[in-house]
Amino acid sequence: MNTAARKPAARFVPLIIFAALVAFFVVGLVWNQTHDARFVPSPLINKPAPAFRLPRLENPTQFVTKADLLGHPYLLNVFASWCFACGDEHPTLMAYRDKFGIPLIGYDYKDAPQDARAWLKRHGDPYHEVLSDPSGDTAINFGVYGAPETYLIDAHGIIRYKHIGPLTPEVIAKELEPRIHALQREGST
Amino acid sequence: MKRLLALALLAFALTLSLNAFAIDPLPFQNNAQRLRFQHLTRDLRCMVCQDESLLASNADFAKQLRGQIFDMMQEGKSDRQIKDWLVARYSTFILYDPPLAPSTIALWFGTPAIFIAGGIIVIVLLRRRTRPAASIAEESGDDW
Repeated sequence: MNTAARKPAARFVPLIIFAALVAFFVVGLVWNQTHDARFVPSPLINKPAPAFRLPRLENPTQFVTKADLLGHPYLLNVFASWCFACGDEHPTLMAYRDKFGIPLIGYDYKDAPQDARAWLKRHGDPYHEVLSDPSGDTAINFGVYGAPETYLIDAHGIIRYKHIGPLTPEVIAKELEPRIHALQREGST
Repeated sequence: MKRLLALALLAFALTLSLNAFAIDPLPFQNNAQRLRFQHLTRDLRCMVCQDESLLASNADFAKQLRGQIFDMMQEGKSDRQIKDWLVARYSTFILYDPPLAPSTIALWFGTPAIFIAGGIIVIVLLRRRTRPAASIAEESGDDW
């Protein structure tokens, strides 16, 4: 009868369930291998960067605001002298500083200004301008939670892209440069 | 026996105290506010050390956000407003209690859906087994 007819297919049901479970585990494992849970996508992408007014590292009596930086795209690189990964990233920034085609602005995060100045003197200064945020309060508005982080901000002050973790030549070639070129094309039309 | 009971109670008390919180003395206006603060920060994730709450973490980041949350409470902001403020900066990832959103539908309804599907399978299988003895006899010897 129909039970008999259903039998051959029914025999495979446990196998199919098992295969589905294995598939779930494999997807989960691969996902964990390729996605770092520490890197949380920013909710600020394609939203205006928060307004800020921060002292310049070199001269803390002078302040830089968001409005001062409008008009052209720029990279905002969050670093600190206490941050080991920033040291790893630093040679890349030195090498690419003039290849980005847009200004590289440093953001000294929760750092004593004199420590940051000494750090830049020792390792070299890849930045066109460095903002200092010793308390880290403004950084919260940017959603900063771990240096190094790099923001690509367009001429209108909109955050277009954020990279968490050190920039590497691969990340720059794959993620950053295409976006910078797109912004430059936008700007020239 | 009594000693054993006392020991069990002590062990229980210790598990309770595991629900620790970082020590930084914030000048709360009263105990109710302190409790509200603890309740709120317990449900928030420390982004730096992701398996710890903002309440429990000793990370600098958590300390700073606790200060900000404390300040917002003094300004009379509600829990909802404080959470929205944090989510706008750090995404819903900062909430331990995920909101119902398109991206969390599988999270919210996946488990009940699998549970119901499993229940249906069990019912179907049981029904089949309790059918007339004839069909059982037919099936026997071919048991998967």
